[in-house]
Amino acid sequence: MEQIRNIKIIGGIDKSGKHENIKCFDIAQGEIIGIVGPTGSGKSQLIADIEQLSQKDSSTRRQILINGEIPSSELRNNPRQKLVAQLSQNMNFLADMNVKDFLLLHAQCRGKSMKNIDKIIYMANQLTGEPIKPKDNLTILSGGQTRALMVADVAVISESPIVLIDEIENAGIKKHEALELLSGYNKIILIVTHDPVMALSAQKRIIMKNGGMTAVIDASPEEKTISSQLSKVDQTMLKLREMIRNGQHIEEKDINQIFLKPTVNNKMATLIHH
Amino acid sequence: MKLVIIAGTPGAGKTSILINTIKILKGTITKPAVVKVDCLATDDDKRFATLNIPVLTGLSRDMCPDHFSIYNLDEMIKFADKNSADTLIMETAGLCHRCAPYTDNCLGICVIDSTSGPNNPGKTGPFLSCADIVVVTKGDMISQAEREIFREKILEANPVCKILDINGLNGQGAAELAKHIIAFDKKVTDRERLRHNAPFSVCTLCVGEQRVSKKYHRGLLRNMNGFQKYIGE
Ligand SMILES: Nc1nc2c(ncn2[C@@H]2O[C@H](COP(=O)(O)OP(=O)(O)OP(=O)(O)O)[C@@H](O)[C@H]2O)c(=O)[nH]1
Ligand SMILES: [Mg+2]
Ligand SMILES: [Zn+2]
Repeated sequence: MEQIRNIKIIGGIDKSGKHENIKCFDIAQGEIIGIVGPTGSGKSQLIADIEQLSQKDSSTRRQILINGEIPSSELRNNPRQKLVAQLSQNMNFLADMNVKDFLLLHAQCRGKSMKNIDKIIYMANQLTGEPIKPKDNLTILSGGQTRALMVADVAVISESPIVLIDEIENAGIKKHEALELLSGYNKIILIVTHDPVMALSAQKRIIMKNGGMTAVIDASPEEKTISSQLSKVDQTMLKLREMIRNGQHIEEKDINQIFLKPTVNNKMATLIHH
Repeated sequence: MKLVIIAGTPGAGKTSILINTIKILKGTITKPAVVKVDCLATDDDKRFATLNIPVLTGLSRDMCPDHFSIYNLDEMIKFADKNSADTLIMETAGLCHRCAPYTDNCLGICVIDSTSGPNNPGKTGPFLSCADIVVVTKGDMISQAEREIFREKILEANPVCKILDINGLNGQGAAELAKHIIAFDKKVTDRERLRHNAPFSVCTLCVGEQRVSKKYHRGLLRNMNGFQKYIGE
């Protein structure tokens, strides 16, 4: 597959037929972009436009360019080429196989080397508190293990240059690390979410309204700080889950150590206590 | 008249994706009519009726539903004609893995449920291998890895098909199918031929014999060991 360095979204029209505010928007490899807006605001259609490489031929009249050019018909028509890989809360592994055999089958289908299998399991285990073993059956994995394995598998085996993450709020995985892993593999990451940990991990957010892209906002420096603090909250929650699972008591120090600055610490601690 | 034939196992999502696709088609110059063929009963006509387009149902009863739809094709086209439709969409019952109801000038669409497991495309038979478009449903329920494996298995069974992922619940991807239906430019002729022959193994069971024992049966019969032979006059 030709390497995809960036995609350009050229704005079209919203549901009332008016031009979208955003005329043009570039996304580069490794970037994390949030897509936010109420239900029915056009988030799915935006993703569909990207997935189908719309050329002013969808209801929104948007155009998608790849590396600054109109994509080849090969890219649009080859059934093996799929631009967008998806991850969502409802997805499960249904195959009745063990983790290792399944990853081997997937690697084989994608023409990838078998060397990657142990690496995928290792990486997945960095994202979840409960270790996945190669001989575990896929269908018995917990929600967190499942999501972690899906992320690592998409990062390493899927060739799709764009990863769409659709509402994985209660994933039971280290969300921030999951995003870093995917972006480290040079994926373009689109996140549809209202979860602050996820949304603030994005460098930019596209704001959707009435079918159109109304604004793009950059994460502010303050939001970046908040994002890393929230990510610690997230990790603490995971750690607490593990402790509870292992029959331990939870103490105050287990939640206090997560906050960096004392001011925020106090504020957050009051929030948590009330 | 354009002819679009949708085949797929029961519950694969044929009606769900069709309803989403027809909603989009109705906003274009296309004038669709739908025929649903089933064996004993169907509710699909009620679901299609909400779309305000001409709908006809046919129940095949004793006949193989695929044979029934082939045998009644002329009549279905007349129905669509009379209702001034320009695109006849036929949803089959999809029970038989040996039959493929596609004719040479129709747009043949196979609908397959991605939760049915990666071995399913290989077992689906001619209604997948002779299809122009394979629609994969229920991708919202399985992992990306399984979707990719499934796609590869479909291509093994039908290397030249176009694969479309459509979510039957929210219609995501249906616009792409609508585009293919609009762009399809062949018309049915009065000399339509099937792409794939119907199974030619006919036996006494086909004509109503109820006794089980081997000695009562005549016709082209196949044994458990795979050996096939003709027994009879
Ligand atoms: N989760 C999910 N469910 C789906 C999807 N597509 C269809 N379904 C569900 O699957 C069931 C069967 O869908 P139908 O559209 O009735 O299937 P069909 O192929 O027309 O079935 P028959 O006409 O009875 O052969 C329904 O409950 C649908 O809601 C999908 O993409 N995702
Ligand atoms: Mg149906
Ligand atoms: Zn049959």
